[in-house]
Amino acid sequence: MIRSKNLLLYLGLILGLIVSVFPFYWLAVMATRTTPEIYSFPPKLWFGSHLFDNISRVFDSIDFFRTLLNTLFVAAASTVLVLFFDSLAGYTFAKFSFPGKKWLFVLLLATMMAPAQLSLVPSFVIMAKFGWVGSFKALIIPGMANAFGIFWIRQYAEESVPSELLDAGKIDGCGFFRLYWNISLPILRPALSFLGAFTFIGAWNDYLWPLIILNDERKFTIQVALASLNGIYTTDYALVIAGTLLAVIPLIVMFLFVSKQFVSDIAAGAIKS
Amino acid sequence: MGEPLRQPLEPRQVHAVSAKRKWSSAIWKHRKEYLAISPFYILFAVFGLFPILFSMYLSFQKWDGISEMTFNGINNYRFMLTDPEFWKAVRNTLLIWIYSTIPMLFSALVVAFLLNASFVKFRTFFRIGYFLPNVTSLVAVSIVFSTIFSNNYGLLNYIFSLFGLNPVEWLNHTWGIQLAVSFMVIWRWVGYNAVIYLAGLQSIPSVLYEAAKIDGASGVQSFFRITLPNLRPIILFTVITSTIGGMQIFTEPQVLVGNDGGANGGGLTIVLYLYREVFINNYFGYGSAVGWGMFVLIALFSIFNWKMVQGSGAK
Repeated sequence: MIRSKNLLLYLGLILGLIVSVFPFYWLAVMATRTTPEIYSFPPKLWFGSHLFDNISRVFDSIDFFRTLLNTLFVAAASTVLVLFFDSLAGYTFAKFSFPGKKWLFVLLLATMMAPAQLSLVPSFVIMAKFGWVGSFKALIIPGMANAFGIFWIRQYAEESVPSELLDAGKIDGCGFFRLYWNISLPILRPALSFLGAFTFIGAWNDYLWPLIILNDERKFTIQVALASLNGIYTTDYALVIAGTLLAVIPLIVMFLFVSKQFVSDIAAGAIKS
Repeated sequence: MGEPLRQPLEPRQVHAVSAKRKWSSAIWKHRKEYLAISPFYILFAVFGLFPILFSMYLSFQKWDGISEMTFNGINNYRFMLTDPEFWKAVRNTLLIWIYSTIPMLFSALVVAFLLNASFVKFRTFFRIGYFLPNVTSLVAVSIVFSTIFSNNYGLLNYIFSLFGLNPVEWLNHTWGIQLAVSFMVIWRWVGYNAVIYLAGLQSIPSVLYEAAKIDGASGVQSFFRITLPNLRPIILFTVITSTIGGMQIFTEPQVLVGNDGGANGGGLTIVLYLYREVFINNYFGYGSAVGWGMFVLIALFSIFNWKMVQGSGAK
C-alpha cells in the first residue's frame, strides 16, 4: 500500500521532469531535420541526419562566432565588474562601521524597488546623449554594481569573514584594499561563484535592452541575432532551430557545472529576502 | 584626533563649529569605506534615479526623439487612458498573468511537496532538471514553443489528433496566443518557484510535525495548521516576484507573434505596447507616460496581491 503510494509520487515527479526537459529534446531533434520534416505530420520525434547541414547554413547566414564572442565579452565583462564592485561594497558594509552606514544601506535596499520599466525610455535617451547607442558600454556599465549583489555579499561576509582575521591583517600592515583583496576575497569565494553565475546567465540571456541598444549586426549579441534570424528566415526554419540549439548549448553546459550549488543558493537568496 | 577640550561651558557657536569639524573629519577618516561603496550610488544616480525623474518630465512632452520637444500638458496621459490599444494591452497582460501565475505557483507547490517526501532519492538531480528551463534564454524558448503551438502542424495539434480532436489554430486566436505565452511562463518558472518552496518546507522544524502527530493531528490538519502558515512569507515573496515579472512580459509574445501582438493583438502586452510606441513609432514622450501608467498598475496590483495573501492567512 505504502509502496504503491511512493510509486505514484515518483511517477508524478518523473512526469513533471519530462515536461521540463522535453522541449530541449524536441529542439535537438528538430535541429537534425530539414524544414519540411519539421513541419511534417505526424512529427518526427527521433533524430534525423541534417544537423551539420543546418549548422553550416547558420554559419553562412550570420557570423555566428562573432555573435558568440560579443555575447561572451558582454557577459564576462559584466560579471567581472559586478563581482568586483558588489563584493567590495558588500564586504565594506559587513565589516566596517562609518557614519550614515545604516541609512546608506536602507537606501540601497529601497533602490531595489525602483521600477526598471520606467527608465527604459529615458535610459535610451541618456545612452544617445553619451553616444553609447550601439556600444557594449551601454550593456555593461549601468549594471556593473547592483543592490541585490551587494546585499547578497554583505549577508555572506557578515557570517564568514572573521573580524579577528582583519584585525590581525591590520597589525601586519595591510591597508584597506589589501584587507579586501588578499584576505577577504578568498573567503567570499562561494558567494562570489553564485553571484557570478547569476550575473553571467542574466547577461547572456538579456534581450530587450540589447535589442534597443544594438543597431549594427556586427555587434549583435546571441539573443538579438537569434530573434533576427527568426524574423528573417521564416521559410528555412531548420536554420533558425539549429541557431537556437547553438545559442542554448553553451549556457546549459555552464549551468550544469555550477547547478548544484546554484540551485540551493537561489532558494537561500529568496528566503533571506 | 586631538585631546578633548575640558571647558565646562562652551559658547554655542564654537560648539557648532567643532561638531561640524568632527563630522567632516569622521567622514574623512572613513573615506576609503565611502569610496568602496560609492560606485553603486553613482551608477544608481545616473542610470536609475535620473532616468526616473527625466521620464516624469518627458511624459509631459511631445517628442519624436530627434526634433525639439514641445510641452504637451497632460495630453499624453489623456491619450493613454482613451486609447483602446492601451487597455487591450492591460487586459492581455492581466489575463496572461492569471493564466500563468495560478497554475505555476500551484504546480510549484506540488513539485516541492513531492520532492520533500522523506524517501525521495536523487533529489538534487530532480531539482536541477526542474530548474533547467529557468536558465534558458527566452528567445530560444519562444522559438521552440512556436513550433509546439504552430497553427496546423504543431506538436500540440499532433497530440490532439492522437485523441481524435480537431487541430486548433492557436496563433490565430487571442486566447490561443495568450495560452501559448502563459504556458511558456509556467514552463520556465515552475522549477524556480518549486526550489524556493522546497527550501521553505525544509526550513520548517520537523519537531512541529512530530508534536502534531502525537496530538493526533491528521496529515491534512498539519498541512493547514503548520505547513501553510510557515510557508506564507515565502508564498508572498513568490506572488510579488511573479506579479512584477508578469506585468513586464515582453520577449515571449514579441518573438512568438511579432511587434503587433499577432492575431487581434492577443499577444500585445504593456511592455510590447510601450516598445512599439517608442522604438518603432518614435513617440518618446508618450512612451514615458505609458511607463508611468504601468508603474501605477504594478504598484496597485502588488498591493492588492499582498493584501490578498496576508488576508487569506489571517483567519
